[in-house]
Amino acid sequence: MPYNKAFLTGLYRMMKSIRLCEESLIEPILNGSIRCPVHLYSGEEAIATGVCAALDKDDYIFGNHRSHGHFLAKGGNMGALIAEIYGKEKGCSKGRGGSMHLIDPEHGVMGVVPIVAGTISLATGAALASQIAKNKRVTVSFFGDGATGEGVLYEMLNFAGLKKLPIIFVCENNLYSTHLPVNEIRVDSKISEIAKPFQIESITSDGNDVLGVYEITRSAVEKCRNNNGPFFLEFLTFRLRGHVGPSDTIQGTKTDIRPQEQIKEWKKKDPILRFRKQLLEDGILSDEEVCELDLKCEEEVKNANLYAHNSNFPDKNELDLYVFKKQETIL
Amino acid sequence: MFSKNRKLSYSDTINETLDHLLATDNKILLIGQGVKSPWYVGSTCNGLYDKYGKERVLDTPISENGITGVAVGAAIVGMKPIIVHPRMDFMLYAFDPIINQAANWHYMSGGSSNVPVLFWGIINRGGEQAAQHSQSLYSVFAHIPGLKVITPSTPFDVKGLLISAIKDPNPVLFVDDRWLYNITDYVPEEPYEVPIGKGIIRREGRDVSIISFSYAVHETLKAAEKLASNDIEAEVVDLRSIKPYDKEIILESVKKTGRLIIVDASWKTGGFSAEISAFVAENALEYLKSPVLRVCLPDVPAPSSGVLEEEYYITHDKIVKAAMKITKLVKK
Repeated sequence: MPYNKAFLTGLYRMMKSIRLCEESLIEPILNGSIRCPVHLYSGEEAIATGVCAALDKDDYIFGNHRSHGHFLAKGGNMGALIAEIYGKEKGCSKGRGGSMHLIDPEHGVMGVVPIVAGTISLATGAALASQIAKNKRVTVSFFGDGATGEGVLYEMLNFAGLKKLPIIFVCENNLYSTHLPVNEIRVDSKISEIAKPFQIESITSDGNDVLGVYEITRSAVEKCRNNNGPFFLEFLTFRLRGHVGPSDTIQGTKTDIRPQEQIKEWKKKDPILRFRKQLLEDGILSDEEVCELDLKCEEEVKNANLYAHNSNFPDKNELDLYVFKKQETIL
Repeated sequence: MFSKNRKLSYSDTINETLDHLLATDNKILLIGQGVKSPWYVGSTCNGLYDKYGKERVLDTPISENGITGVAVGAAIVGMKPIIVHPRMDFMLYAFDPIINQAANWHYMSGGSSNVPVLFWGIINRGGEQAAQHSQSLYSVFAHIPGLKVITPSTPFDVKGLLISAIKDPNPVLFVDDRWLYNITDYVPEEPYEVPIGKGIIRREGRDVSIISFSYAVHETLKAAEKLASNDIEAEVVDLRSIKPYDKEIILESVKKTGRLIIVDASWKTGGFSAEISAFVAENALEYLKSPVLRVCLPDVPAPSSGVLEEEYYITHDKIVKAAMKITKLVKK
């Protein structure tokens, strides 16, 4: 592999941290101590990790309801993420946003929201601002296959294509629009084709191959920085947990309509197991080193949970604190 | 220090103010359909494209939802976009970026991110344009936390409020009315601010308070003139902003006159007039000598036929009738 050990280790560690962070939420969701709706990223880690590894700290990302992975991969603090999910004051949005509204401008997580396709236009606007300011920043807009049903996506493909904006549209196609398979919501299930009429270069590729995701994104990022955007990347993946929560079992009724055989097949393609195997086979890491990394990730997740638990809930008297930003005195 | 003897129309004042704003802050962008063409937006954007170029003044595809989101996104990363909707009816496509995104943004980020965007929706009614080219939809937006709504009625105020709105770190909706565009008044050349949420007494009176804003203020002032010849002295309050609105000025006026009429050039049911009425009922009921009256549009879509339009829109005669009626009413 033409990459150094630290970089590859970093990719593995990020994916593993995201997975363990997500899985650490299962028990609290089941016992009711987490009440806010949580859309777990388990199984899709290679996309956030590979894409964000190709970005600089100053670049922007926008996401959707399933964005814990994006938040962490872009550099967001895990303790602040978990605290937010618990509705705590030390959360990244001070307990006002919850799992589905994560905003952390300091790390370039400019906004993730649950309105399907809701941030695609915002991301396009951020890219327009970068183009005007000539600051070479690149914006990534993450959305799912379900968002391809929203008209605003096509409005923005047209506008981004027209203005040649430095934006990468990243469609995480996990094959299901909540409870509907892609072929029940689309005429053509090859999503990357939708960019073509707008003269936007696009590609469909394996979203469970972290290095592949990284390489494709890096090339798109370079082109965007040299004023040759936009790009449309479709990554195929699969979620290992429910649409919302640990599984799609609602009040005892199993609503996950995905065939058992398909779930089994995709478990074999788990991006973390796959990458670990590759690292071991290529002699990049030893068994001991992998174990050590796993332990470090466990420790990180434990500490992040501890940070969240030790944070207070917001003060009831501050219910309306952030409705409007107070005007700063202009000299 | 102000040059007090220069007259300007409402629409030319918008043009001059936009020019001033674009010149003073290169983060300000003007985005929307028709900013290159007077056919869409009157004289309000004349010359700006030529002066500031296509990066600062962006005429756009007809994609209201997406393009409004573009303005919101640019604001999130530090620009100060003004996004114009030449007919407010089309702005309904942009409910998501205005309400779901911009208005909620500062709150749901716990204060770490804000959206200094100015939405501009033009009411463009009359002339038999009918239902989808005539709606005045400001009340809907005044309902939304996190969004400010300004509704200036004079050239002086439109300049001062636009400058305040651009300086505001929050999303602000500016609603104007094409019926205001030819109104001419004194406008200082120098920049100045009119604070958002501060009303003004347009005419003092002792008998009845008539609360109004935007275009309806001018019909109300004509009505007050007629009423004076019938020995009824109406106090005309122009709210200038409807979110936040000036509660003090309403209370003071109602306490003085004991009678309240609200003139709102939009529909009656669930509209902003109901908010004012409820506010006075909650806070000054004991001062009222009679029930509150409202002069609004009937709960009917805007018609096309000129005959029906005449019946539909608010005229000063309708306000005069309401005032004649209220001064004879007594609280049971």
